[in-house]
Amino acid sequence: MKIGIPLETYPGERRVAATPETVRRMQEKLGFQVVVQAGAGAQANFPDSLYQQAGAEVVAEAAAVYEQADILLKVRPPNDEEIGRISTGQTLICMLAPAQNPDLLQKIAARGATALAVDAVPRISRAQKMDVLSSMANIAGYRAIVEAAYVFDRFFTGQITAAGKVPPAKVLVIGAGVAGLAAIGTARSLGAIVRAFDVRPEVADQVRSMGAEFLMLDFNDQEGGGTASGYAKPMSPEFIAKEMELFAAQAREVDIIVTTALIPGRPAPRLITREMVESMHPGAVVVDLAAEQGGNCEVTRKDERIEHAGVHVIGYTDLPSRLASTSSQLYGTNLFHVLEELGGAANFHVDMDDEVIRSMTVVYRGEITWPPPPVAVSARPQPASTTPATTPAAIDKQASRRRSSMANWIAMFVAMACLLAVGLTQDPGLLTDVTVFVLACVIGWQVIWNVTPALHTPLMSVTNAISGIIIIGGLVQVGSSRWLAAVLGGLAIFFATINIAGGFLVTQRMLRMFRK
Amino acid sequence: MNLLAQTEIPQVVEQTAIGLDKSLATIAYVAAAVLFIFSLGGLSHQESARRGNLFGIAGMVLAILATVWGYMQGGYLMAIAAMLPAILLGAIMAARVPMTGMPEMVALLHSFVGIAAVLVGISSYLDDGAHVGVPRGVVHLLEVYIGVFIGAITFTGSIIAFLKLRGTVGGKPLLLPARHALNLIMLMACIVIGAWFVGAESPDGGMVPLLTMLVIASLLGVHLVMAIGGADMPVVVSMLNSYSGWAASAAGFMLKNHLLIVTGALVGSSGAILSYIMCAAMNRSFLSVILGGFGGGSGKSTSEVDGTITECSVDDVVDLLWEANSVVIVPGYGMAVAQAQHSLADVVKILRDLGKQVRFAIHPVAGRLPGHMNVLLAEANVPYDIVLEMDEINDDFPRTDVVLVIGANDIVNPAAEEDPRSPIAGMPVLEVWKARTVVVIKRGMATGYAGVENPLFFKENTRMLFGDAKAMVDSILAKLRLRTGS
Repeated sequence: MKIGIPLETYPGERRVAATPETVRRMQEKLGFQVVVQAGAGAQANFPDSLYQQAGAEVVAEAAAVYEQADILLKVRPPNDEEIGRISTGQTLICMLAPAQNPDLLQKIAARGATALAVDAVPRISRAQKMDVLSSMANIAGYRAIVEAAYVFDRFFTGQITAAGKVPPAKVLVIGAGVAGLAAIGTARSLGAIVRAFDVRPEVADQVRSMGAEFLMLDFNDQEGGGTASGYAKPMSPEFIAKEMELFAAQAREVDIIVTTALIPGRPAPRLITREMVESMHPGAVVVDLAAEQGGNCEVTRKDERIEHAGVHVIGYTDLPSRLASTSSQLYGTNLFHVLEELGGAANFHVDMDDEVIRSMTVVYRGEITWPPPPVAVSARPQPASTTPATTPAAIDKQASRRRSSMANWIAMFVAMACLLAVGLTQDPGLLTDVTVFVLACVIGWQVIWNVTPALHTPLMSVTNAISGIIIIGGLVQVGSSRWLAAVLGGLAIFFATINIAGGFLVTQRMLRMFRK
Repeated sequence: MNLLAQTEIPQVVEQTAIGLDKSLATIAYVAAAVLFIFSLGGLSHQESARRGNLFGIAGMVLAILATVWGYMQGGYLMAIAAMLPAILLGAIMAARVPMTGMPEMVALLHSFVGIAAVLVGISSYLDDGAHVGVPRGVVHLLEVYIGVFIGAITFTGSIIAFLKLRGTVGGKPLLLPARHALNLIMLMACIVIGAWFVGAESPDGGMVPLLTMLVIASLLGVHLVMAIGGADMPVVVSMLNSYSGWAASAAGFMLKNHLLIVTGALVGSSGAILSYIMCAAMNRSFLSVILGGFGGGSGKSTSEVDGTITECSVDDVVDLLWEANSVVIVPGYGMAVAQAQHSLADVVKILRDLGKQVRFAIHPVAGRLPGHMNVLLAEANVPYDIVLEMDEINDDFPRTDVVLVIGANDIVNPAAEEDPRSPIAGMPVLEVWKARTVVVIKRGMATGYAGVENPLFFKENTRMLFGDAKAMVDSILAKLRLRTGS
């Protein structure tokens, strides 16, 4: 099986679908042969010589790559010329955006090939290693901050210098997906004050873990249904109104806005209006990561950096490509995992029963197979069942608590009866003994509750040693005038002493090991 | 009045005359009891624990010296002959036992207390308490009887627990038909024989009922522990710990020795609290554990879990760890069996040196002894401040990148929370599945001691790494070392 890596032809695209590193792994681990078009990795700083060192064959012409390869790895969808080179039986693996490009699928199908869209990987954990959207979004988030920093004419971090004080930059990130979180992390590490907003309140923890402040809409009180209803209908007009109010207030305050709000398969929501942009400080920056889908910001122009009322608005759609080396490495690794999932060279097989493969395969042997059937939810427990499930459990718990309090009463009653019986014996010795016994129990009870669970084993071995106090019984009995009683006493001493010596020593040995 | 006073005065004089030694000894006993209390109190924190142990040793030495000084009446030679080899034996045991073998050691030591209590009881009965001035009567006889009874149960119960922990006897609960009735019959028999014993001609006439009861109580001890499954061992061991205390206390009653009573009660309540804590950690009542048989009879094994498991390789785990910022490790009995704690500690050290947050999450009933995991990790030089209890860490799982479950099963079973019909429903568990990725290192797909399927293994964010815990951790360690170049 031969894998072909052609040079990307899309204008401005600098990434490559395989790096020397992934080429090496595809050969060594999966058993493929690899042919690379000369100059394919040049823009991402992978010269041809590295590919050759990794064991790939480098050919000059794209046509030769398409001719030799069984599997073609690309980044961008093929253009018409490239489609023309695809032949029957070949497998194309690249980003295809199948929802947006029905024509493209048609054309590929006409060539009798099979096409896998790596941007259609289902978002389940098993497929995470193949998820190019996540890996590219991560880079886009990082690069968004770098681009913003480039045009922003101030420090990100606040400084107090001999020449005066510099305030830190304030960054607002809208949408806390992979890209948003990456942007937060990058801005934070440059020293900015970062705030983030997302319609999904459950991401608040992730946002905070990255060091940003999570902006909340005080919206729940109107709904009365708690947080669950807070995002059940996030698109209600009231919600949007509140949201826009928040953004308008933030726009006046922050220096940089990064928007990453995308709803799959739909135009990007319009979040930052012209007025908001105009209300920002001169020199402020808006980076719109949704420019491809029309932009979250009203004034965004796709693929351009413009200045609107003194505010820089960046609408680049090729942010991952601007970090071509890392992007290619991550993209290539994603593809490596796809190939691995497909069985490697030895068992290469597009398994239409595998839900991940099935979802990715948009054209299968000349037939369009998109959209895939919805991914069957397998072992995941139905969220619906948990709600009723807690109720019987809770009832159970209540019942058992009632039962256990009943048991406590009974136990107390029995204890009282026993004490009363002791009192009735009128035996002064026994009474003293019982007094001592009960008090000791209470002391023990009080002391032991404070023991940290980590020390339960040493506690047990030390109480073990202490219960060797039974040796006193042996010592008393060993002096008996009856020889049998004395011998039994001696034996008791023997056993109790093992306990004392063994218990204390092993405890000491254990405790010596506990260190901070 | 006068007459009464005259008869009493000589008695009082006689008591004070004997009492000089004894009263000094009693004062020493008070000091010893206080030292024991300090000892237990000292164990509440790692910082003071070693001092606590020293207090215990001091208390014990004081108690023995006081007894020799004030209460012993001969037999010194035999006492020394018994003590010297025993000290040697105890010291050897303590020095040799591996930390994974602690549960066995503790169980065995419990049995020694039990047998000592039995021996003291019988000896006291034979001796008739005459030489230590113990009054003979129904009360004393009952004390002897109860002391021997508790001692015998402790003895055989601990022996069985020891054998189970060593694996000589299988961990599966032995569920005889009508076992509750059997226990009840044995208990009733002991009570009936007790009446015979109290009524018997003393001293030798009572030997037959006493020994008969000894046999029955021993059988009872065997049967009680045989019926308890391996996963309940922490409860059993702490329960036997408690019993050994009560046995010492009972001996104190029969010998009229307050130090024995006090110390026995301290140990007894300590064990009782530990048992209670263990039971709470499994959401089960003490009675149901003692009466044995996990889930026996109460509902069938619950819903079959279907779905796919995702296997992974050592390399994948290393990749995950490499990329993670926060890692939580959940050790279980499997780690103890495989003795993987040292390699694990090295893995943790490398990860911590890389600046990652690494912590251990310990479930209260992980292992076969309360606090067993802590001891093993301490042995492997894991700093105790990164070893956290369930309650301390359960809220942190959603913010954790990778959870490494090593040889644990039931304590990370989501069925306890999600499936009300599961036999372990309601048991508090470590909510590992809330982390981003869970790696489970396990020998195979076998169920845990509770015999319950674990839906965790089928979750989407779970990766299974099948193999011996030690071998797997070792290869993770090797790969990590390779990467860090150390």
